[in-house]
Amino acid sequence: MNASVSDYRRQEESITISAVGEQFPDGSHDELLTLNFGPHHPATHGVLRLLVNLQGEVVRSIKPIVGYVHTGIEKTAEDKSYWKVIPVVERMDYLSYYFNAMAFCGAVETLVEVEVPKRAQYLRIIHLELNRIASHLIWLGTSALDLGAVSIFLYCLREREQVLDLFEMSSGQRMHTRYFQVGGVIEDIPKGFEEKVRAFTKIMPGRADEYGAILNANEIVLQRLRGTCPLDAQTLLSLGVSGPLLRAAGNPWDLRKADPYSSYEDFNFKIPVGTVGDNYDRFAVRLAEIYESVKIIDQAIDGLPEGPFITSDRKVALPPRHELATSMEALIHHFKLVTEGFRVPPGEVYYAIESPRGELGCFVRSDGSSKPARVHMRDPSFVNLQALSKMAEGSYIADMIATLAMLDPILGGIDR
Amino acid sequence: MAIGPKPAAGDALRVGALPSRELLRGGELLGHTHPASMDETELERYVQERVLTTTLDKAVAWGRSNSFFPLAFGLACCAMEQFHTAGPRMDIARFGFEAFRASPRQADLIILAGRVSIKMAPIIRRLYDQMLEPKWAISMGACCSSMGVFNNYALVPADKFMPIDVHVPGCPPRPEGLMHGILKLRKMVQDNPDAPWRERYGAIGTEECRQDQGVQSSGAGTSGEGPAGA
Amino acid sequence: MPDATGLQLLAHELRESDAIGSEGVLDTLHFRGRASLTIAPERIRAVLLALRERGYTFLASVHGVDYLPHEPRLGVHYELLDMSRVDRVTVKLRVPTDAPEVDSVTPGGPDGPGWPTADHQEREIYDMFGVVFRGHPDLRRILMPEDYEGHPQRRDFPVGGEPVIFTFNEGERRGAAR
Repeated sequence: MNASVSDYRRQEESITISAVGEQFPDGSHDELLTLNFGPHHPATHGVLRLLVNLQGEVVRSIKPIVGYVHTGIEKTAEDKSYWKVIPVVERMDYLSYYFNAMAFCGAVETLVEVEVPKRAQYLRIIHLELNRIASHLIWLGTSALDLGAVSIFLYCLREREQVLDLFEMSSGQRMHTRYFQVGGVIEDIPKGFEEKVRAFTKIMPGRADEYGAILNANEIVLQRLRGTCPLDAQTLLSLGVSGPLLRAAGNPWDLRKADPYSSYEDFNFKIPVGTVGDNYDRFAVRLAEIYESVKIIDQAIDGLPEGPFITSDRKVALPPRHELATSMEALIHHFKLVTEGFRVPPGEVYYAIESPRGELGCFVRSDGSSKPARVHMRDPSFVNLQALSKMAEGSYIADMIATLAMLDPILGGIDR
Repeated sequence: MAIGPKPAAGDALRVGALPSRELLRGGELLGHTHPASMDETELERYVQERVLTTTLDKAVAWGRSNSFFPLAFGLACCAMEQFHTAGPRMDIARFGFEAFRASPRQADLIILAGRVSIKMAPIIRRLYDQMLEPKWAISMGACCSSMGVFNNYALVPADKFMPIDVHVPGCPPRPEGLMHGILKLRKMVQDNPDAPWRERYGAIGTEECRQDQGVQSSGAGTSGEGPAGA
Repeated sequence: MPDATGLQLLAHELRESDAIGSEGVLDTLHFRGRASLTIAPERIRAVLLALRERGYTFLASVHGVDYLPHEPRLGVHYELLDMSRVDRVTVKLRVPTDAPEVDSVTPGGPDGPGWPTADHQEREIYDMFGVVFRGHPDLRRILMPEDYEGHPQRRDFPVGGEPVIFTFNEGERRGAAR
């Protein structure tokens, strides 16, 4: 072999078989088979690579290898002014784009000490909860696809199209909408948005009932999910897991209730909590969260206050266009904001919100200029993935697939 | 619009019959002489190699273009829009392309949906090599077509390591956009003859090579050997 | 969040303890309503253990920062959360580039149980910044290919990128063939 081939490549290309140690009466050993669940696999929810050590059909250990969609987003974000970072950062956890933007905007708003008007907070909540529903729908669709229930995938996409229509109505884009800006939202909602949201919230609980009815009556789904791969809350906490996985194990920790941000304390909603912590509880908790999100959206639309949709601090937010014709200061502010961007006083802050997968934290370090010095997202999938090997050890391969589906990893967030 | 030396009057009709893409490319990039400077017999052969003349070719191309089997391959955000293209509203099954295959051996269309990082590029190349001919590739989204939103150390544009037929712009492209790209590919397959794909796209030089062995012999569709890594 | 006085009291208690000592806690900062302690890198396991005993049982995030041009250049931040009182505190430490070694908090040891959540996160800091965590069970690159050279997130690492191919520079592509 050439000396230029590194040790890593050599190890990658070798095949090792190790003895487990369990000796049979005739002197032979049981062998561990290392199976490579390559980055291209229909069941791995993205480009996740797993090295699975199998003894027969039983999983003995799992080693996840990530980095196949690493995009250097955090490095790119250091190169751009703050409002340009928002579309870049949105593409990390690509199913919950509003949450990425919310975490980043929240962190910058804390640094700049700008206040977000009430209407903007309610609009943010509407979009965040719609995004939560959309994310859970794709999770449900792809998980059911993994378990074999193919038609649920099409049903969920039908509902998700309606949610994406709403996003298109308010911001012009279906995904990665860059709707949240530092200080509020970029635009007010158009006429007709409220009616469409109400129409959607009217039908969504019925549709979620349908999904529950189909899956809960399906013997195969129940057998695959009930009692498989449970993990207790204490181990999950030591692994840093949060979100629906932790709630399924019985710990009702939810940042929307514990440490409310963006006016979540105004709303009346419950936190679904599981009991056993197996795959079925994880599934049931996420399905129940859809109903709670619908409730929040209803309350937010009913109580939507009048007012500005972005802060009136002209140093941070663009002035409304009609002012540019009359006011010189508005023109100067606009020019400064668009060319250089606003400056943020030096400091570091960590801002955490509750994304559909757990605690999504954004760390922003500012050195006083108009570009951030460090942006880091504490992505929940990255931390939750460490729980996979603990969960699936000792179970069958099929249970491991179901667990991976219930874990809801998003590789964009893991790899950033 | 013609490039190169003006053709003689007798050849004007023949040269006009060539697909305009060939004229624009001029063939210089492939090392061929320009058709306007070829003599009678060379031009005859040039035209015959490139223009569909038989009904059988047309039928085969029609069949191939209407039954793409896409590879179920999603990398990042564009994969979500790919799901929607296969979903109930923008139904890809209307055109017959709903059979997303999991194995590259059974697929003939790879839709690169999402950003290609440097760790993933050799794996995609291996997947593309495992596909059987004829095969096509669509680069979906801005990240794999050009570098997209993230022009940095971690990404590779797909053109660098594999030949792409259609680039679909967008971030992410709407399902209608992806559909438009796929239908454009369908039109391309129906119109164009079945030439060896490496020459068709000027892909000579994109064969897989190992550092210790230099460039492998290229023939049409040689897939890279090597121990199974991914 | 512990308020400013609470933070000072906490720092005082930590300095009084034997494991940490008065030179263990270098600085306290209460900024925008959030509390943070800057500590000496050698005391990280002791500090986290002491904070765990005071209720901060959830290690939410371990991330790295490059403070170029200020020395020491590389920083590691630990975000701790007390779920029963909804309190957050940040523990920060700085190491220079020529000796970027920190004790890993992942494994358990004679000084207390570890924090298994820091496993992948410390690997990411190693990958992106080059901070070596002593005692980490499996310190390899996690996001970049394993034989990659360089630590991308450092401030002096170039962003990189490809020139976008337009018609004026089209002939320069496909470097291997041309």
